[in-house]
Amino acid sequence: MTLRAPLTIGPAPHVHAGTSVAWIMLHVVIALIPACVFAVYLFGLAALLTLLVATLSCLAAERLLQRGSAFTLADGSALVTGLIYGLTLPPALPLWMVAMGGFVAMAIGKTLFGGLGSNAFNPALVGRVFLQAAFPAAMTGAWLAPLTAERFVTLPEATLSGPFLAPASGSYDALTGPTPLGDWKFAGGETSTFDLALGFTSGSLGETSALLLLMGGLYLVWVKAANWRIPTAILLTVAICASLLHGIDPQRYPSASFMLLSGGLMLGAWFMATDPVASPLSAPGCWVYGLVIGLLVVLIRLWSGQPEGVMYAILLGNALSPHIDRWTQPRAYGVTGGGP
Amino acid sequence: MWGRSAFRGGITPATHKAQTQTQRIRQFPFAPLLEVPLLQHAGRPALPVVREGAAVERGAVLGRADGERSVPVHAPAAGRVQRIALMPSVTGAMVPGIYLEPFPGATQEVTSGPACDLATASAEDIINAVQAAGIVGLGGAAFPTHAKLRMPPERRVRLLIINGAECEPWLTTDYRVMLEQPADVVLGVRYLLKATGAEAVVLAVEEDGREAGEAVLAAAPEGLSLKASFLPTRYPQGAEKLLIRALLGVEVPAGGLPIDVGALCINVATAAEIGRLLPLGRGIQERVVTITGPGVLDPGNYRIPIGTPLRFALEQVGTTADVTRVFLGGPMMGQPLASLDVPITKGISGFVAFTSAEYRDAGRVQPCIHCGRCVQACPMTLNPCQLGLLARHGEVETMRRDFHLDACFECGCCAYVCPSHIPLVQEFRAAKAQLRRLAAHAVTEEKS
Repeated sequence: MTLRAPLTIGPAPHVHAGTSVAWIMLHVVIALIPACVFAVYLFGLAALLTLLVATLSCLAAERLLQRGSAFTLADGSALVTGLIYGLTLPPALPLWMVAMGGFVAMAIGKTLFGGLGSNAFNPALVGRVFLQAAFPAAMTGAWLAPLTAERFVTLPEATLSGPFLAPASGSYDALTGPTPLGDWKFAGGETSTFDLALGFTSGSLGETSALLLLMGGLYLVWVKAANWRIPTAILLTVAICASLLHGIDPQRYPSASFMLLSGGLMLGAWFMATDPVASPLSAPGCWVYGLVIGLLVVLIRLWSGQPEGVMYAILLGNALSPHIDRWTQPRAYGVTGGGP
Repeated sequence: MWGRSAFRGGITPATHKAQTQTQRIRQFPFAPLLEVPLLQHAGRPALPVVREGAAVERGAVLGRADGERSVPVHAPAAGRVQRIALMPSVTGAMVPGIYLEPFPGATQEVTSGPACDLATASAEDIINAVQAAGIVGLGGAAFPTHAKLRMPPERRVRLLIINGAECEPWLTTDYRVMLEQPADVVLGVRYLLKATGAEAVVLAVEEDGREAGEAVLAAAPEGLSLKASFLPTRYPQGAEKLLIRALLGVEVPAGGLPIDVGALCINVATAAEIGRLLPLGRGIQERVVTITGPGVLDPGNYRIPIGTPLRFALEQVGTTADVTRVFLGGPMMGQPLASLDVPITKGISGFVAFTSAEYRDAGRVQPCIHCGRCVQACPMTLNPCQLGLLARHGEVETMRRDFHLDACFECGCCAYVCPSHIPLVQEFRAAKAQLRRLAAHAVTEEKS
């Protein structure tokens, strides 16, 4: 007998598809890289520092908060949260706020619910919504004009300001270029589709290049790291609603291309709404979820006091997700009627 | 009628069949001591009819069927009955069995009983002959075939499905049997048609076994309307309930049997054995087994005497030194072995030896991230994600009542795709065992 090693036993199946949580997260990071690089190119040092601090604060929070349990940084989920969180932020936000939001994202958005797999909401958005509520002025006024000549040399004054020492009021204005959605809502301007698609506009780090985000999203769907039904449902819903409304009153309602390419829709649809933990399980559930988020985006953008609604739309979608799951239970083979 | 409609879900793992698909079936020698269990089927063990020390012919009856849910056991070799005792089986349970020492130089000659002639036999004769030959489902379930054929009088078989959809990766027994024994398969089909009065018969084969299916069709005589349905190569296409939906477009009701929708599934190797044994009046003494895997030096398809210890079988084909896991059946549903000192039985269609290399990347179990891959993969359209969550909270009753745990046949698709490497099938098996215990407990309570 050549057999020397003792036999091990383990439950069937004895083979595996080879995916892992870390594998999924790695692909999300890869898909985000072009948008991150573009944000740095557009806004310079401020963007680089914001992304770095956002990511590091999330990683540090995860390490600190999950101290008792196994080494959870290796699954990559904190890295993904950090990057996505960073991309939702305006480029000239004070870094201490960035760090604080990152900590809140991991502490309240994730750890408090029970860590990986248990969060009810997308943690990155929890961090962002915290900042929005705590520092509304900074969050809506920290826009930078893209491609300024000195963007790699100087930092906006706000970036390095000390905690709770907001820079003198008015200092933002010198830097600000209005975001396309804000411009449309408050000044009636409509940025050209070309600028929106390529991303040479003002806005949050990940709000700018719709094309790069779309490429990243398609990559995610192609490697099957994200459920294609969710972004498809969201974008279709927004496109159809916007086309209908624009057809009715082109003066009042922006075109479908503007709605699709502006703001955080691409980032939200491809990277945040697809967070598996906080989205429904079944295929029909994903369609319903996408439809709900799409409708909410249109509703908030067009009829609320806010220029952008992707963040709230996704958070509300997250909240509905367990209920959608319940309504869209798959019908088991051979079972007629009944169900939970 | 027989479209190519597949089922929803399922997976397409690497099939690894090329290694053994081209290997002709080779005859195995007798081991020095054969361990022949009297229970190799689902049902009651056979009752021994020989005494310790007795000399038996090859093919002689060692144990007779104990009632309808039982089949006889035949001597796989001419030899001496050394001992009748409990012996370890592949599941780890001890079963009654007969230790048979083949005579030195025992030939492959076989004793024959009364033949069952297709032309003159009645349906009842054929069903009795199937039982007398000790025939059970050779696909793995080992359910006594005659019990399947003997159905209530109000039931009619609309479609007899000959299952050659060998969807488990690595295994090629059905493929080789169809290719090398097409005449046996066809004759078996004719016996089965006569026994059941089925209106139609179809041979179901996966696309990657097309040439084997065509070999069987070519062997069919004029007048036998045997058709073949080539289904997409997709695991678990060979599962009875999924075949029925693909071929008949209907679902077997939960808790029901295929016959409830007028279908009867017989494994192709079982049909071949019926065609091979019944005309000669013989019983099962051997079966075709695929022995393969990265840890096997001479992988192939072997005709192995029943009762051959697995250790002997692996010695014959040779193994590498780093074999760490051996399992019976394919890698998706295969039973892992804690010990090689167990015998080959009628239900074993193959065994696979994996080395440590196959487990190098085995991931650590992580929390469920709710990704829904298991929900997409479940061919029974269950919700493995929710079932797993409930299992980890001990909510077995909810699993059964609201999430149809009983419909799960443990194909393993959910665990295969799970990025968190959660052993879902294992959790479901544990939950089912718990439910059985609860049910047994409820019965005892009622009695007292």
